[in-house]
Amino acid sequence: MKHIRKYSKKWILLLSIPLILMLSGCSELTVMDPKGPVGEQQKDLIIYSLYFMMGIIVVVFVLFTFMVIKYRDKPGRDPKDYKPDMHGNKTIETIWTIIPVIIVTCLSIPTVNTLFDLEKPAESSAEEEPLVIYATAADWKWFFSYPEQGIETVDYLHIPKDRSVEFRLSSADSMSALWIPALGGQKYNMAGMQTTLYLQADENGVYQGRNSNFNGEGFAEQTFKVHAESKSEFNEWVKQTQHSAPKLTQSKYNNLLEPGILDDTKEFSSTHLQWVDHGSMEGSDYAVKRHWDAYGKKLHLKNGKNHNHE
Amino acid sequence: MQLDEFFVTGEPLIYAGMVAIALVTSAVIFLLTYFKKWGWLWREWLTTVDHKKIGIMYILSALAMLFRGGADALMMRTQLAFPDMNFLDAQHYNEIFTTHGTVMIIFMAMPFLIGLMNIAVPLQIGARDFAFPYVNALSFWAFFFGAMLFNISFVIGGSPDAGWTSYTPLAGAAMSPGPGQNFYLLGLQLSGIGTLATGVNLMVTILKMRAPGMTLFKMPIFSWSSLITMFIIVFAFPILTVALALLTIDRIFGSQFFTLTGEGLPMMWANLFWMWGHPEVYIVVLPAFGIFSEVIATFARKQLFGYSVMVWSIILIAGLSFLVWVHHFFTMGAGAFVNSVFSVSTMAIAVPTGVKIFNWLATLYKSKIQITVPMMWALAFIPSFVMGGVTGVMLGMAAADYQFHNSYFLIAHFHYVLIAGTVFACFAGLIYWYPKMFGHRLNERIGKIAFWFFVIGFHVCFLPQYFLGLDGMPRRVFHIVPEWFNLNVVSTVGAFGMGIGFAVFVYNIYYSYRYSEREKTGDPWNGRTLEWATPIPVPEYNFAVVPHVDSLDAFWTMKERGESPYDESKVKPIHMPSNTGKPFIMMGILTLASFFLVFEWIWLAAAGLIGGIIMMIIRSFDYDEGYHISSEEIIETERSARGL
Amino acid sequence: MSTEESNAKPLEYRTESGELGIVGFWIFLAAEIALFGTLFATYAVLFGRTADSPLPSDLFEPGSVLIMTFILLISSFTCGIAIHEMRRGSVKGLVIWLAITLVLGLSFIGLEIHEFILYAHEGATLQSSAYWSAFFILAGTHGVHVTLGSGWAILLLIQFAQRGITSITSRKVFILGLYWHFLDVVWIFIFTGVYLIGMVI
Repeated sequence: MKHIRKYSKKWILLLSIPLILMLSGCSELTVMDPKGPVGEQQKDLIIYSLYFMMGIIVVVFVLFTFMVIKYRDKPGRDPKDYKPDMHGNKTIETIWTIIPVIIVTCLSIPTVNTLFDLEKPAESSAEEEPLVIYATAADWKWFFSYPEQGIETVDYLHIPKDRSVEFRLSSADSMSALWIPALGGQKYNMAGMQTTLYLQADENGVYQGRNSNFNGEGFAEQTFKVHAESKSEFNEWVKQTQHSAPKLTQSKYNNLLEPGILDDTKEFSSTHLQWVDHGSMEGSDYAVKRHWDAYGKKLHLKNGKNHNHE
Repeated sequence: MQLDEFFVTGEPLIYAGMVAIALVTSAVIFLLTYFKKWGWLWREWLTTVDHKKIGIMYILSALAMLFRGGADALMMRTQLAFPDMNFLDAQHYNEIFTTHGTVMIIFMAMPFLIGLMNIAVPLQIGARDFAFPYVNALSFWAFFFGAMLFNISFVIGGSPDAGWTSYTPLAGAAMSPGPGQNFYLLGLQLSGIGTLATGVNLMVTILKMRAPGMTLFKMPIFSWSSLITMFIIVFAFPILTVALALLTIDRIFGSQFFTLTGEGLPMMWANLFWMWGHPEVYIVVLPAFGIFSEVIATFARKQLFGYSVMVWSIILIAGLSFLVWVHHFFTMGAGAFVNSVFSVSTMAIAVPTGVKIFNWLATLYKSKIQITVPMMWALAFIPSFVMGGVTGVMLGMAAADYQFHNSYFLIAHFHYVLIAGTVFACFAGLIYWYPKMFGHRLNERIGKIAFWFFVIGFHVCFLPQYFLGLDGMPRRVFHIVPEWFNLNVVSTVGAFGMGIGFAVFVYNIYYSYRYSEREKTGDPWNGRTLEWATPIPVPEYNFAVVPHVDSLDAFWTMKERGESPYDESKVKPIHMPSNTGKPFIMMGILTLASFFLVFEWIWLAAAGLIGGIIMMIIRSFDYDEGYHISSEEIIETERSARGL
Repeated sequence: MSTEESNAKPLEYRTESGELGIVGFWIFLAAEIALFGTLFATYAVLFGRTADSPLPSDLFEPGSVLIMTFILLISSFTCGIAIHEMRRGSVKGLVIWLAITLVLGLSFIGLEIHEFILYAHEGATLQSSAYWSAFFILAGTHGVHVTLGSGWAILLLIQFAQRGITSITSRKVFILGLYWHFLDVVWIFIFTGVYLIGMVI
């Protein structure tokens, strides 16, 4: 018996190493170190669930280790310790049915609450209307239209901090997903449909954004930078763009829509929303009709610098 | 069409592949000719309707596919560990993860398990064959040719490159022109039809052909899990058939189901795909549960704990599997209410699964565990699968899933459940039933080396991926940012560990074939269920006398009572189905038709289809009623096999 | 696989392989329900997505579809009589009623093709829009099933002429009967769910 205990101690120690690593490493991982209330809510939910999961893992691992060490077939085992005809036990089976039910219930309630919360702008900035940005994905680039400001950027994004941003997501062609891990979870961009995603930054900074849903050859390059800045800096940037950026013409926009990767970010002092809304059924074939033959062309992308906005 | 459009050109790796294919093919042809084995191949294998031989062919094909899918995986891991080496470009990487996923799920996991079912289920329930042996052969050839059609794509025409989920509109004609996606659609269609036929076949077999006295709740648990799996197949595979057909018609005949034009609805593909795809996950994991239950009970030398609860939890999991498909796209914006419903239904699956885990642990309680190689795989399954299971619950929490979705967290999760669940089970089951198939056991020492390489490699490979996911690394990217380098290198090391484990496993097959002691009894593991009541090698009729069953572990009871499963006085002539080449020829012709359709050569495809129909007509007029094996011949076979 | 027969059951059930075949076919029909269920769901989801093509209410007319429905219903009835004749052991009765069923089946297919051509002339084809794709594939899949059933009936007619009523031929025609009734039921759903609703909305 003694050496069994010694063994199990060793095992428990060994098993707890990844757990310790996991918990200590968490603070450095993007998703676990969010920069806004949406990501914060999701992180809290993840941490909350992790406690349960760790609990389950520890229980199962301990039981498992105990069984495997104690009940190995080896000489000198107490024959009374072997019950080959044991076939069940109602009480204990009921107990281990009810426990998972309780765990699932404990996990369901905050999940549902958070789900409903995420469909609204964050509470911390409730007094202010959210900033509306149309985020349109196209093979393999991002268009961000600010209808209230009358500006549009390509492959980068400026947002004011401490204000909720209402992203209206759609796609000009393939299905994509807008994901800024530092700010919160993703949602799909789909042609002919519009989805809404609320995000908010509470800290100044430049965050990575990307398409996370595979959509062809240029997928890995479909990234953008999010500049979260103070409201005055943001307004300054808006004003400057309105004054200095060129107008977006339809032919220019059509050219930009052609499947491919843009070398540089762009900005315009008008938006494409005036002639097409890719989020409506009428807008769903806008890009494929114009560039039908271009989608099949290969870009022969290699690792390295495929554009300059990284 | 030019020849250089037909063959894939410009990739050194693919040229190497072509050379390898040419060499292997000519070597096989040479060996068959040199040893005059063509007739043997035709008589013994290509025309067989014997479930045991068909099972062996399934498993050999699945091992070949495991090799192919594994090679794909190692290429991906190499690229991600050393992105600067430019081992793969974006296009090639996309092709490889697409084929990796498709091959592993459709052409490896499922056929491997169906192969094990072919071997074990009729023997476990005391049947002499499948209900429809001809259909069984047809199913196998449908799968085999489907797999070949899919695999040939990387040298002819070009591999599919839209992911194994093949989401539209990306996979539609507009954005993925050319034959690649057609290979995916038709390869899956062919093998899917074979799977559906197996579903019907095995379900009838289990429902109607059990040995007298074997009520459903006296049936071995692996047969139970197979029965439930067949239910899932019968109701889920038609959905895949329809989805694939609609996308094929979209691509080749210009309909507008999933297109961006004509008010098509690309999102419908995701729904149809996962309405099949989620049940599919359980198609590959429920039989695995069955295998582990058998192996654990056998080597714990103890009855399975909570048998009927185990059965009911399988049934419950199967039912729930049809009600959770939306969790594959929580991020589609269906709204908080829909996501809540599917979130809860998803997490609910954890309840029956958790119950199963505890039942396995309780089976070990007060047992006598013998550490054999199949038992090691089964034991490794429990903690590993739990690590995959709990992260599955986390993914099921829709609000958190917005962060996990499409990231390496997801990748780590499903590899944890599919490898620890399905692949470990395939190894456990193969090693466990290996003596039934080949007459000798696999070497234990080499088996243990393979086990440790594979299992440690597995954890080293996939544990870091949870952290990569939480750090925002999306799936399916061919290059990464420097922050993710270290963990990716670790992961790649693990992947190669698994590769070594697999290589050692394959070497063990060769080694054991040469050096392992031949089994003298039919019961090398001191088994509990009826398959161990048959002699080794198992005669083509399985049971000379069909046993009468009155308890759960039928053979165990027999042994306790000192009864022999064989009673010479009860031997009667046995009716057997004749071998036939028609399934092979028919599926060959249909595969040719599919190949033509891949290249959209419509008239050739139509001709092939007519050829297939003619084969069906010929079959309709086939009144071959098989033959009988005489009592004398049976007695002689049994005496020599049982050493009487 | 035993050839023992018990006379209590109908001929097609008397051998084990006959019974297995029939059970297997029932399970196959369950798969067929899943298949048509998926097609109906697809149709329902794509309903209204006609883009620039004509609306179903512009094209659907009660006349010929009603005739098709009656033809198929009657053929299901005649198919039932054919099975009844088989049970009585009358090869002649079986062949006659099966042949009538076949003729009705073929005329149904003829009318359906005619209907499809008519729609195509009005500008509604497989390629026109998501709605029409779903319509043609749903109705067409049923039509292909009826065609296969008819081809199958021809094969069985030949086999009855060659062999008469045996446990094997009776099992085959019984299964064909199940299939035929099943297709009738599917058509009722197409008639009401597709045509009647399409005419109104």
